[in-house]
Amino acid sequence: MGLLTDFRDSIRRVTRSLFSAQDPKRIGIYGPPNAGKTTLANRIARDWTGDAIGPESHVPHETRRARRKENVEIQRDGKSVTIDIVDTPGVTTKVDYKEFLEHDMEEDDAIRRSREATEGVAEAMHWLREDVDGVIYVLDSTTDPFTQVNTMLIGIIESQDLPVLILANKTDLDDSSVTRIRNAFPQHETIPLSALEGDNMDEVYEKIAEYFG
Amino acid sequence: MAELKADDGGDDGDGVQIDLISAERMENLRTMEKIRLILDGVHDDNIVILESGLTPDEESKLIEVTMSEISPDGFTGIEIETYPSGGSDSGFLGRIMGKKDDSKLTVIGPANRIKTLHKDENFISTLVTRK
Repeated sequence: MGLLTDFRDSIRRVTRSLFSAQDPKRIGIYGPPNAGKTTLANRIARDWTGDAIGPESHVPHETRRARRKENVEIQRDGKSVTIDIVDTPGVTTKVDYKEFLEHDMEEDDAIRRSREATEGVAEAMHWLREDVDGVIYVLDSTTDPFTQVNTMLIGIIESQDLPVLILANKTDLDDSSVTRIRNAFPQHETIPLSALEGDNMDEVYEKIAEYFG
Repeated sequence: MAELKADDGGDDGDGVQIDLISAERMENLRTMEKIRLILDGVHDDNIVILESGLTPDEESKLIEVTMSEISPDGFTGIEIETYPSGGSDSGFLGRIMGKKDDSKLTVIGPANRIKTLHKDENFISTLVTRK
């Protein structure tokens, strides 16, 4: 990394800390479909507000609209960090309604779901360019992270100079590999977790406070 | 470098047309003109290869516009691959300035016809099916 880039990053960190007492930051939860974004969003919301954000499902594109939970106050080491969580639809470059038919869905429902999914992905991209202050990027640690969508999304987030925390989710599954995700994005810190089981959430909250506080 | 088009030369519709678009041609286009050039080609079932790729902001808008054009039993979206994935430093001055060489060869095609078989930092292998 260049000297000027290091200097710019230092300035950004200082500026961020100076303004940390301002309004809650909007933190977007991004990632590919079925990475566990809504499970994580619900885990965070339940832990700190008692409410959930939205329904979870193994069917891709269950989340088809960005959903926001405001004023989530996370307390760490005697300090509190208040954020708005934005749970976004899984980003993809393609949607074929026929894939939903494999999940015992009627054709009309599958078509409607695919239409809503495309609108949701477009909305998520718009949020990323205009309306979030930081990103939690969730990856399924049992799948290959070297996909074009992941590469593009991380590139887009970096180009916006947004702070990003990468979470390697689903560590409760046998074929989970956190190392594979660390190797895919070595320029960012990767935190392992199981949002479903609540494993390693203490470290996740510490990092949220550190990155977005 | 001029735009190069390659196909089987026939009008019988069973060939695969590949549009190789030079960096020079792309640099004079606005973002939406670039996206239209790409998506118009993909809608025609062509494989579009960009010598210099898109910026992250343009990639973001390409995804957004692609989503708006998907329709049941019609266009199902795009498959896209680029390399180098992480960018490389552009020499000593580039390293000092923290500047990266953003040029990245990019392959884009219709999702229902193109499938990436293998990809690493300097090699992309793609299977293109006929209509």
